[in-house]
Amino acid sequence: MSEVTESRVQSASRADTLAEVGALTAKKPRSLWSNAWRQYRRHKLALAGTFVLLFFIVATIVGPFLWDQSATSIDVAAALQGPSRKHPMGTDILGHDVFARILWGGRVSISVGVVAMLVSIFLGTLIGAISGYFGRFIDSSLMRLTDLFLALPTLPLLLLVIYLFRDPMQKTFGVLIGMFILIVGVIGVLSWMPVARLVRAEFLSLKEKEFIEAARCMGAGTASIIFRHILPNALSPVIVAATLGVGSAIITESTLSFLGLGFPPDTPTWGRLLYEGQEYIEIAPYLVLFPGAVIFLSVLSINYIGDGLRDAIDPQRTL
Amino acid sequence: MTRYIVRRVIIAVPTLIAISMVVFTILALAPGDPLSEFANNPAVPPQVRQNIRKNLGLDDPIPVRYAKWFRQVVQGDFGYSFRSRSPVLDLIKMRLPTTLYVIGTAYLISILIAIPIGVLSAVKQYSVFDNVATTIAFIGFSLPTFFTGLLLIIVFSVKLGWLPSIYRSTINTPGLLGVWERVEQAIMPIAVLALFQSASLMRYVRASMLETIHLDYVRTARAKGLPGRAVITRHAMRNALIPVVTIIALGVPAVFTGAVVTEQIFRVPGIGSLLITAIYDSDTPVVMAITFIFAVLIVVFNLIADVIYGVLDPRIKYS
Repeated sequence: MSEVTESRVQSASRADTLAEVGALTAKKPRSLWSNAWRQYRRHKLALAGTFVLLFFIVATIVGPFLWDQSATSIDVAAALQGPSRKHPMGTDILGHDVFARILWGGRVSISVGVVAMLVSIFLGTLIGAISGYFGRFIDSSLMRLTDLFLALPTLPLLLLVIYLFRDPMQKTFGVLIGMFILIVGVIGVLSWMPVARLVRAEFLSLKEKEFIEAARCMGAGTASIIFRHILPNALSPVIVAATLGVGSAIITESTLSFLGLGFPPDTPTWGRLLYEGQEYIEIAPYLVLFPGAVIFLSVLSINYIGDGLRDAIDPQRTL
Repeated sequence: MTRYIVRRVIIAVPTLIAISMVVFTILALAPGDPLSEFANNPAVPPQVRQNIRKNLGLDDPIPVRYAKWFRQVVQGDFGYSFRSRSPVLDLIKMRLPTTLYVIGTAYLISILIAIPIGVLSAVKQYSVFDNVATTIAFIGFSLPTFFTGLLLIIVFSVKLGWLPSIYRSTINTPGLLGVWERVEQAIMPIAVLALFQSASLMRYVRASMLETIHLDYVRTARAKGLPGRAVITRHAMRNALIPVVTIIALGVPAVFTGAVVTEQIFRVPGIGSLLITAIYDSDTPVVMAITFIFAVLIVVFNLIADVIYGVLDPRIKYS
C-alpha cells in the first residue's frame, strides 16, 4: 500500500517536472489525438471527404423531416418527370419523389455500412486478439480458420446465403429488420479476416514489450492486459481498416440490391434505387445518375477519410 | 522447390474440402426446396415427385449427400442441372469462353495501363502527372462497377448511340462486320472491368516503386553514372514489380467474381450470369459447381502467387 502511494508521489513529482519543462518551452504538451488531428488537417481531401460524409449523414437523419415530399406516396400522373423545382431529382415510374427516396434510402445504406463494419471489426479484433495473445495451438487453429475464410468466394456466398435465408429471416424478424440483420451479419462474417490478421500481428509484437511485463508484474489479469494495455495500442490500423470497411460494406450492400438480392422493393436503399432505375435508363437516365452519384460520393469520401487517417495515426503503412 | 509445391498442394486439399463442405451445408440447410416448381405444378402427381426426390437423392441425410457429391466431383462430374437437365459441366463449358474473353482482355489491359502509369507516378512523385494519376486511380477504385457500367451505357448507348448496351452471343453476321460486332459489344464490359482493376493495381505499383526507389542499391546505380532511364527500368523496376506480380496473380479470382456484376449489367452470357440465374432457380448442382470452381481458383492462384514470388525473388527460402 505504502509502495503504491510512494510511486504515486513519484509520478506526481515527475509530472511536475514535465510541467515545468513544458512551461519553460512555453508550449502546451500535445496529446496523441491532437497530434493526429494536426496531421489529419493537412490532408485537404480527407477534410473535404469528412464534410461531404457528415453532410450526407445529417441530411439522411434530418432530411426526411424537412423535405415535404413523401418517399412512398404514389402519383402515377407525375411519373418519370425529369428534375424540377418540385422534384429536384425527378420522379420514378410510380411518381415517387426520388430525392425523398434517396434521403430515406441513405439511412438504410449508411447504417448497413456502419453496422456491418462494426460486426466485422468486432469479430476480427476478437479473433486476432485471442490468436495473437494466447499463441500456440489456439493461434494456429484460428489462423487456419482465417485462411479458410479468406479462400471462400465472397460474392457467390453472399448471394447464396441471402437468397436462401431471406424468407425465413423476414418471417422471424419482420421484413426490414430481418433483411437488415441478414445482410449486416453476412457481410460482417465474410469480411473480418484482414482485421484479424492486423490485430494478431500487433498483439504478437506488443505482448513482448516491457510495459506489458510491467503490467503483469503489477498483477493485472489476462482480460485487463488484453483490453486495457495491448488493445488500445493496437487500435490505429484497426481504425483505418474500420473506416475503409464502411465504404466497402456500402458498396457490397448496393451490389446485392443491384443484383436484386438486397432489401425488399418498398425499402429504397441507394443500390435498390439504382436497380429500379436501370430499366428506364433510356428515357430517364437521372434515375440512375442520382443514386449512383450518392453511392460514389460517399464511398469516395470514406476512402479519402481512411487515407487521411492512415497518414495521421498509422504512418508506417503506405497503401 | 518441387517439394514445397507438393506440400502446398497437399495442404490446399483439406482447405478445398472444408470450403465445399461449408457451401454444401449452406445449400442443404436452406429452407427452400429445389423442386418447388414441381410442388406447385398440379400436373405432377405426388408419387412422381417422391420418385424424383428419391432419384436425386434429396431425402438422404446431409453427410450421405455430401459424400455422393464428393465422389462424383473427384471423378470430374458435377451432376446434372435441375433446370435444364443437362450436365453442369457442359453448361459451364458453354459459358466459359465468353467470360474468359471479357475478363482476360480486361485484366491484360489493366496490367498494361497500371504498370507504366504507376512507375511514372512514383518516379515523378508529387508532380502534376502523379497528382492527376493518383486522383484518377482513387476515383476509379471508389466507383462501384455497376455505376460505371450504367454511366457508360447512358453515354455511349443512350446519348451517342455508338455501342450496343446488350451483349449478344448469337451474332451471325458474316465477314469483317461480324468480327467488329463481336468486338464492339465487348468494349464497355471490358472498359468497366479494366478501369476498376487498373486503378487498384496502379496504387500497388506506385507504392512498391516508391519503396524501391529510395533503396541504397538504386542510389548506387545512379552514383556510378547510369542514365536515369536505365536505373529505373533495369534496376528499380525489376525489384519493385516482384510484389506486383504476386498481386496480379492473387487478383485473378477476384476478377472472376467481380465479373458477376459486369455480366449482369451488360447481359453477358458468362459464368457470372449463369450463377445468378442458378441461384434464382434454386439450381443446386450448378450453384455448387460454380462456387466450388471459384474457391479452387482462389486456392490455386494463391499457390501460384507464392511460387512466382519464390522464383522471382531468390531471397525467399522455402521451408
